Amino acid sequence: MWIRKEKRAAPETGRACLILLGGMLVLVIIMATGMGYMRISAGDVIRIIFYGLSGNHGLIAGINKVFPYVVWDVRLPRVLTAAVVGTGLSLAGVVFQGILLNPLADPYTLGISAGAAFGASIALLLDIGSLGIYSVPLFAFAGAVATLFAVMALSTSGGTISSNNLILSGIIVAAILSAGISFIKYVADEQVSIIIFWLMGSFGSKTWVDVFITFSFVFIGFIICIFFARDLNIMSLGDRSASSLGINPNRTRITLLVTASMITAVCVSVSGIIGFVGLIIPHLMRFMVGSDSRRLVPASALAGAILLLSADTVTRALLPAEIPIGVLTALIGGPFFCYIFKKRQTAVQSG
Amino acid sequence: MEDLSFHYGRTRAVDNLSLTLSSGCFWGLLGPNGCGKSTLLDLMARCKTPQAGIIKYRGRDIRDYGSKVIAREIALVPQDFHVNFPFTVEEILLMGRHPYIPRFASPSSDDLQVVDQVMEVLKIAKFRHNYITELSGGEKQRVIFARALAQDTPVVLLDEATSNMDIRHTLDILDIVAGDVETGGKTVIAALHNLNLAATYCDKLVFMKSGRVVSQGDRDQVLTEEILYEVFGIESRVYFDEYVGSRQVAFRRRRP
Repeated sequence: MWIRKEKRAAPETGRACLILLGGMLVLVIIMATGMGYMRISAGDVIRIIFYGLSGNHGLIAGINKVFPYVVWDVRLPRVLTAAVVGTGLSLAGVVFQGILLNPLADPYTLGISAGAAFGASIALLLDIGSLGIYSVPLFAFAGAVATLFAVMALSTSGGTISSNNLILSGIIVAAILSAGISFIKYVADEQVSIIIFWLMGSFGSKTWVDVFITFSFVFIGFIICIFFARDLNIMSLGDRSASSLGINPNRTRITLLVTASMITAVCVSVSGIIGFVGLIIPHLMRFMVGSDSRRLVPASALAGAILLLSADTVTRALLPAEIPIGVLTALIGGPFFCYIFKKRQTAVQSG
Repeated sequence: MEDLSFHYGRTRAVDNLSLTLSSGCFWGLLGPNGCGKSTLLDLMARCKTPQAGIIKYRGRDIRDYGSKVIAREIALVPQDFHVNFPFTVEEILLMGRHPYIPRFASPSSDDLQVVDQVMEVLKIAKFRHNYITELSGGEKQRVIFARALAQDTPVVLLDEATSNMDIRHTLDILDIVAGDVETGGKTVIAALHNLNLAATYCDKLVFMKSGRVVSQGDRDQVLTEEILYEVFGIESRVYFDEYVGSRQVAFRRRRP
């Protein structure tokens, strides 16, 4: 028997959490921008940012001449890309968990990230430039969607998708895809270093173009998620209840899954495979603001940005040598996944 | 509700079935496992679309209604009531108000009042702030049932909605819906396994077998030993029970 907790997340606490997270994100962005080989004080960072936005030279009077360049051209693109990718991966995690009714789902465990990476590797291998800067994201998107449907088809038996089958199928498909990626690396001559470097996941050498592309897609995805937030809530009652409440479960599911795959693909194509962010964040946020997607979606978006940006700043500025961010998140996220998995099993047994 | 006729699937879960269900009655849907009761309810609630045939509700094809409009007319209480995420009971009940609340709007005071009333009636107000994942099976099912009541529809479809509850809560819930039928003019269509509960509460019965209707009509006309044998293949005795105030069915061991 469970102990009944009196505490719960009311809408007011949810709103307070969002404001708090928003404030934290701004703070983390400013601090992360100041940290690194050259330390820049928070006050200077803020002045440089306002200078960059307004063009008013008076704001940067007395600041080292190199700092505006460091902040505006080197650090901010990287910081913002990390934040946006964190947001994107968390959003994708919320959607996958909500739609597939599985708290263990995330772009990484479902193999979607691997699918996107496979698609992107092909684009890099063949050096497809006909679509310009969009060729890698497009291939990644195709790979992600194809993987999504393959995983769903594999785990469907008799018209229903079992949660555990889904994770198993995700792992199987991801294994096949990583073999495929290894093969691509093997046959790639000149491109191999690009592919390997990109696969490990890094936010180094990001430009404003990366920020812009990622942000626009993640933002579109976020709007779609918010638009369907209430439908996503109701989907957790099961298809029959949902459709009796006037929701078309199949249409909602496809829309949201494709959206989440798009977000994943964009994130993977700028930063490589970064696992477990989409798993950890929705869990922590569900604990803080409750399960209502209308609060969970924005809270996860903000918290994801904070987490991934902090992790990236740790690898960039605090550790003696930069380790790939994908490795760091897997090292932290893997054990967390084990913990949830174990907790879920005990919950099933005692409930 | 009138002239319900459709043909469905290669497996023929519901096979060329025609049925007219009058409103303002407590209909019991009886039949062996896999006879198409759930499918029939799904079709009525528009969870599934028939491959052939049409379903009319108040003289109009249900496909002509908007999805939110039909959700204000027909509510379905499913057999499966598993919820994976820790929503509070109040949040679940408010989901029942979904067809009334425009997108991006907050629930109105009416919505909250309906939710309060339903919680009062079903005696779940004390769980209001509990997470559904913490409740026992029977409690969860009551919450799911409450969600459908909060939907406040003239027609309620129950698919084995009491299968996980103890007898007291089962009687509570059937009393509530039967009361709504008598005083509120609701129509209830309930797939049931317990023949005696069906006989106690339902005014009208529909017997189904292999996706077809075997017999339908007033309880006292269709609840007979012959029909039970035809539908379930069992020997039984049907008698009038003074205490219950209706016909009941008795069984006996087949291998003494």
